[in-house]
Amino acid sequence: MAGAFSDFTKGIIKENPTYVQALGMCPTLATTTSAINGLGMGVATLAVLTMSNVTISLVRKFIPEKVRIPAYIVIIASFVTVVDLLMHGFTYDLWKTLGLFIPLIVVNCIILGRAEAFASKNNVFRSLLDGLGMGVGFTLSLILLGSVRELLGNGTVFGVKVWGDAFKLFMMILPPGAYIVLGLLAGLFNFIGIKKNEKAKG
Amino acid sequence: MGEGTKIFLIVLSAILVNNFVLQRFLGICPFLGVSKKIDTAVGMSIAVLFVMVLASTIVWFIDRLLITLNLAFLRTIVFILVIATLVQFVEIFLKKSSPSLYEALGIYLPLITTNCAILGLALLNVQMEYNLLETVFNSLGAALGFGLALIIFASIREKLELEEIPKSFQGLANALITAGLVSMAFMGFQGLVKI
Repeated sequence: MAGAFSDFTKGIIKENPTYVQALGMCPTLATTTSAINGLGMGVATLAVLTMSNVTISLVRKFIPEKVRIPAYIVIIASFVTVVDLLMHGFTYDLWKTLGLFIPLIVVNCIILGRAEAFASKNNVFRSLLDGLGMGVGFTLSLILLGSVRELLGNGTVFGVKVWGDAFKLFMMILPPGAYIVLGLLAGLFNFIGIKKNEKAKG
Repeated sequence: MGEGTKIFLIVLSAILVNNFVLQRFLGICPFLGVSKKIDTAVGMSIAVLFVMVLASTIVWFIDRLLITLNLAFLRTIVFILVIATLVQFVEIFLKKSSPSLYEALGIYLPLITTNCAILGLALLNVQMEYNLLETVFNSLGAALGFGLALIIFASIREKLELEEIPKSFQGLANALITAGLVSMAFMGFQGLVKI
């Protein structure tokens, strides 16, 4: 059971897709203008990632080695279309804000990466946990980045006033802010990692 | 406004105002991945220019077909398949017809399939309801903008190699902050073109 648990948790911190593996940068930077948008994008990716991981694991023995990548792409693209249509139907405002980046989940390297590296080699249950773990890790990263940008740019988090109009750096909501905040966060995580290593060494 | 002026504005806006990498966040992976040296940056830019113009032109015709068949909801699936196949064909074709170009672009071509800028551009052209001519020129502008950003960024990174950077900010963190500063410079073009 410990193995199954680590399949889930490794995606959250140890192999975090955003800060450790630097995968899926485009939606990470583009959709995190606020915490809620980050959450929406994260959950959409989580759904596609989990469903495609399970499906690919189910059919992994029937797909010939040579055409596996196109086959994975078709499976992923089908789920993306499903999510796209569902979001259009039920969460129209979010669908409009995320716009182009919902169909672009197809080319998010996290999803194809997990299909190739994990789901094509492991059973359904483990692939499900792996997909969920990576998806949660990605969602948490997006929420963190979205929260910091929203806080610095608008003085709120999830629309709740923190310091409000007292301090606003509008730049943080614009494109340059995305790069700078993500860069600072990545530096901060590196710093924590280095400090931890030094402590472990004594 | 004449058609010529409109096309000029589309190209200018795709290069400077709505720069794919710096303002729209498309194609970040190659932007961060192959920008360590100017040579590789130039190689990647040419490969992207080639595939972008070709892919969005073909996709434009396929989109007409999807609309006539009333299958517009299949766009994402069809587009990505067309792009993946196209990249494969270009690779095989170049290998046979122009080995020197193939050598130069070789490693970048397969990377392009998962470059979200190509699919993003194809979807954007459809969304903006561009006609064939506008599609071609918008793709040209987008690719030139991508190349411009990539080459500027690579030249900055080559200089940065020589600087001393705190250990925790080496690599990705530093690259992202540099990109942020370049992006900030490009914000100056905002409002230059109104279509």
